Amino acid sequence: MTKHVAIAGAGLGGLRAAEQLRAAGHAGPITVVGAEPYMPYNRPPLSKELLAHELADAEATPGTDADDLVALHQRIAFRQRPSVADVTFRLGVPVTRVDFAAGELALAGGDTVRFDGLVVATGLRPRRLNVPGPAGPGSGRHVLRTLDDCAGLRADLRAALAGPGTPAHAEERRRGVSGIPRPRVVVVGAGFVGCEVACTALSLGCDVTVVEPAGPPMLRVLGERLARAVQRAHERAGITFVLGQAVIAYAGHDRVTGVVLADGTDAGSARVSGGPASGGLALAGTVLPADLVVEAIGSLPNTEWLAGSGLDLTDGVLCDNTLSAVTGPRAPETGAPVTSAPVTSAPVTRASVTSAPVTAVGDVARFPNPLFDDVPRRVEHWSMPTDTARRAAATLHAKLEGDPIDPNSFRPLPYFWSDQGDLRLQSFGSPGLADDVVIAEGDLDELDKGLLATYHRAGRLVGSVAFNLPPTRYRALREALLA
Amino acid sequence: MRIEVDFNVCADHGQCAIAAPVIFRIDDEGHLAFDASPDDVLRADAEAAADACPEQAITIVG
Repeated sequence: MTKHVAIAGAGLGGLRAAEQLRAAGHAGPITVVGAEPYMPYNRPPLSKELLAHELADAEATPGTDADDLVALHQRIAFRQRPSVADVTFRLGVPVTRVDFAAGELALAGGDTVRFDGLVVATGLRPRRLNVPGPAGPGSGRHVLRTLDDCAGLRADLRAALAGPGTPAHAEERRRGVSGIPRPRVVVVGAGFVGCEVACTALSLGCDVTVVEPAGPPMLRVLGERLARAVQRAHERAGITFVLGQAVIAYAGHDRVTGVVLADGTDAGSARVSGGPASGGLALAGTVLPADLVVEAIGSLPNTEWLAGSGLDLTDGVLCDNTLSAVTGPRAPETGAPVTSAPVTSAPVTRASVTSAPVTAVGDVARFPNPLFDDVPRRVEHWSMPTDTARRAAATLHAKLEGDPIDPNSFRPLPYFWSDQGDLRLQSFGSPGLADDVVIAEGDLDELDKGLLATYHRAGRLVGSVAFNLPPTRYRALREALLA
Repeated sequence: MRIEVDFNVCADHGQCAIAAPVIFRIDDEGHLAFDASPDDVLRADAEAAADACPEQAITIVG
């Protein structure tokens, strides 16, 4: 009988899963269901090239501030392999529920998709700050994950850059002629997305301030010394950092006019989770003036639709090393709140008890990588959807056909890059796991001239981060981690 | 099999040369050089290189 595979999620992971199912030999029907109304596209340009694309000239044509979304999408859409020409894409309809007993996905609007095997590729969504102040469309508050997010931010940036006055004023504003105010952008969160957006906004002619309660930019991945070095480089380029302070509210009525800081981290962290809007609270701290705000404070896995399925949904979808989803701890039978289970370091051995095989791919999949250890982790790096899709598709196909599962362990080497102004950062492995960082080459105050940092855990190399090193070097950096 | 690279998009990330070193390599100046019509037995490597390109600059034709 022909087996039908459903793929929940139409991002990079969903597309690669379809391609790799075909490559693995699956000849049956495949349906990809996506919440966004677009064919799969590449997200990294959303904070860089696509955000800046033609915006610099936008003030020359005032009034035409609506983007052509089809044209924007075409710039970043993935090419389609011939092997997936017969795959059905159901776009613009989120999956709302799964019924493993019936082998059915329920879609928003009431349709269902039957399946014999399922790939979870629903990815992440941005976390939002839950603080008092203006919110919603038109408020000047943005996140950046989807093409629609990017288009919304582009429109706001374009309006702010055009500003009041003549096109000549706009040009002077962009060039920073003294006395001509520049649009003020506050980025909340100094992770990779926050830093990329900050650099793009700066390049467009905005005044940019980055607020981060946790410390210097990209601290968790880079470590203190390198994070401080990146901060200094960005400060020299013109970005202002406000570190160690939480945002407790946004000032403004319908639209954000400022970002209210907790003056003192202890008070701030207590207030961030506070109650409803309070005018008094909003006046408690320093206000950073802002024409628009971008929140880049991390992401949450999209797994609500799997609730009650029996899968372990503690921070994503728990998988074994073959990327088969595994069942979780039994939910309490009373109405007691479910506490999140601690991430265990025990090997994942629990078997799936769902009736149809389920695998997960991309940044929603939490799996152990023996390249480092046996702790299951989600990895939000760009290389992961492609690598996990290859293995997850092979596993799913083998299970559908009753074939043996590939006995080799899955040991993908994480990779990502980040372009920030004059800096190109390339990361191999998992620098975030390290307990020791060695500056192997270069000067921390001249990152743009080339620097290599190696990351070690218990004396073993676990990651490398290169700033502005030529690509002739990358193979050796990679192979050192695989040795 | 024919391979096309959009050099307006290529940003010398070098990932193709890691995925398919027989087809793609980084020259001494740090720029991409590649075999535009590799043997068909290398198709899986070529696909992996195209997938790995951060800028999605590689197209496989035919």
